Amino acid sequence: MLSILLLILSVSLAIFIIQIKKQLYQHLDSNSKHFDMVIGAKGSPLQLVLSSILHLDNPTGNIYLEEAIEVAKNPMVKDVIPISYGDNYNGYRILGASHKYLNKYDASLRNGQLYKKSLEVVIGSNVYENNNLQVGSTFASSHGLVKNGIEIHKEKPFVVTGVLKPTGSIVDHLIITNLESIWQLHEHEDEHQHENDHPEEEHEGKREITSLLVAFRNPMGAIQMSRFVNEKTTMQAALPKFEIERLMSFLGLGFKTINGISIAILLVALLSIFVNVIKTVRERKQELALLRTYGVSIFKLMQLVFLESMILALIGVVFGWILGRTGIWFFSIFSEGTYGYHFVFSAPSGKELYMLVLILLTTFPAAILASLSLLKLNVSKILADA
Amino acid sequence: MIRTDSLQFTYQHSEDEILRFPNIDLSPKEDLLILGPSGVGKTTLLHMLAGLLPLRKGDVFIANTQLNKLTRNQLDNFRGRHIGLIFQRTYFIRSLSVLENLTIRERFSKKKSDRYRREELVMQLGLSNLMNKRVYQLSEGQQQRLSIALGVIHKPKIILADEPTSDLDDANCEKVISVLKREAQICKSNLVIVTHDQRVKSHFNNQISL
Repeated sequence: MLSILLLILSVSLAIFIIQIKKQLYQHLDSNSKHFDMVIGAKGSPLQLVLSSILHLDNPTGNIYLEEAIEVAKNPMVKDVIPISYGDNYNGYRILGASHKYLNKYDASLRNGQLYKKSLEVVIGSNVYENNNLQVGSTFASSHGLVKNGIEIHKEKPFVVTGVLKPTGSIVDHLIITNLESIWQLHEHEDEHQHENDHPEEEHEGKREITSLLVAFRNPMGAIQMSRFVNEKTTMQAALPKFEIERLMSFLGLGFKTINGISIAILLVALLSIFVNVIKTVRERKQELALLRTYGVSIFKLMQLVFLESMILALIGVVFGWILGRTGIWFFSIFSEGTYGYHFVFSAPSGKELYMLVLILLTTFPAAILASLSLLKLNVSKILADA
Repeated sequence: MIRTDSLQFTYQHSEDEILRFPNIDLSPKEDLLILGPSGVGKTTLLHMLAGLLPLRKGDVFIANTQLNKLTRNQLDNFRGRHIGLIFQRTYFIRSLSVLENLTIRERFSKKKSDRYRREELVMQLGLSNLMNKRVYQLSEGQQQRLSIALGVIHKPKIILADEPTSDLDDANCEKVISVLKREAQICKSNLVIVTHDQRVKSHFNNQISL
């Protein structure tokens, strides 16, 4: 029994890791593939990508809209989308961006209409589901990017004009308005309080944004331009694809560790299957001896014992897979709430099938080796030792 | 028909310790009682007749088949078909029911399953109502009778019983002997009993002592 539990545990752990890694990567990739470059304030490029594209981290600071647009004036550039953010409602980020941003993620309206004026918003499907908001609702945003309940923009409430259909992307977790709304909040803020979380100097006529998302006609353009931005301007350019690869390689160490643990458990499981078979032969030697007196050949008994251990292994693998998937499901509930990441329950992937077959194959020799202990079964002695 | 010729048994651990057995010559349907105190090799002889122990020296013929000329597989097959063993202790497949235990014994004999035979046998042994019980639910006496049923259900050519009566009281001892004798008659087989139980003596004409 223990051997099955161990096998289930190791298989589920391995399946869990494979899936998390795969789905996390897919998730990051699908959210970032629309933009080849992000221009923002100097700082960590990873932070810039995390904050501006995946909406996970804090922004590196602000940049001037005109300056950023100027830099991006280049025939290789296909699209630019300036974005600005810094407020939230119940922990959901309020993002100032043009309608083009929604088009990039193929976000379409479930009901209502897109924002036309300042302080009008559309909300992502997840925002809709988890908040008591619908078309026509108004709400006051709070400052900062995490839920803190401090409402400092009561005087300028937002009004919901539309609800978006689920897209499976980060848009589902955002409240989107136009850039002007964000600027209005900030003006308001600066009139009343001079202390600010992210310090910004007031420059007459120069409007600030958090970052500029850039899509290129040719990805090579992004590499050239990012070099230019980083060397010649006070801003920085980060390449999402590159940063996400880097992020995954950081995470890789963690994945490898857990993989190692699951391999260790697997080895223990195999060993225990082996011991289990030998134990079976020992504990049931009287039944096996009895079958020998019935004329059952040793080879048949070996088949029997072998088959039994293979069935055990199969049960372990199947239930391990199911448990791994259940783990993903629970993890999804957790991550959905915390990071807005949703993991799906999917059929076994090629890599998983490969692994499962490999595990079954490794139990093969263990089971065969163990069933060899039947050769030493002394029928006469067992039955005479009454 | 059973015939042995200068049968010897040597233990693996000591070559000098040799058990020599008197020759046996039984015509079909003849019974034999092998008597002797414990430790003289009664069970060893029985297991040699059943092909459970290697025959290194001497010959064993059962129904015109020379056991020591058979290959391992042939010997297993022969044992399954023609030999019925009854042990002093009872052995079953514990996870199976009474009926299932009987059925697999029949199946491994590779003879056609005979339902009439089975029902007749379990009725004679008073097991008819217990067929769907697990074997461990049976009383000791019922287990003893089931063990006899398992030894004879496939109509073996020889029935080999190892101390079948040693743990029984006089009444049950008589019963077991008569059941064994009757079954041997029905199956037209040789009945060979090894025992140190003196109560059995009076029931058999043909006896040898080890």
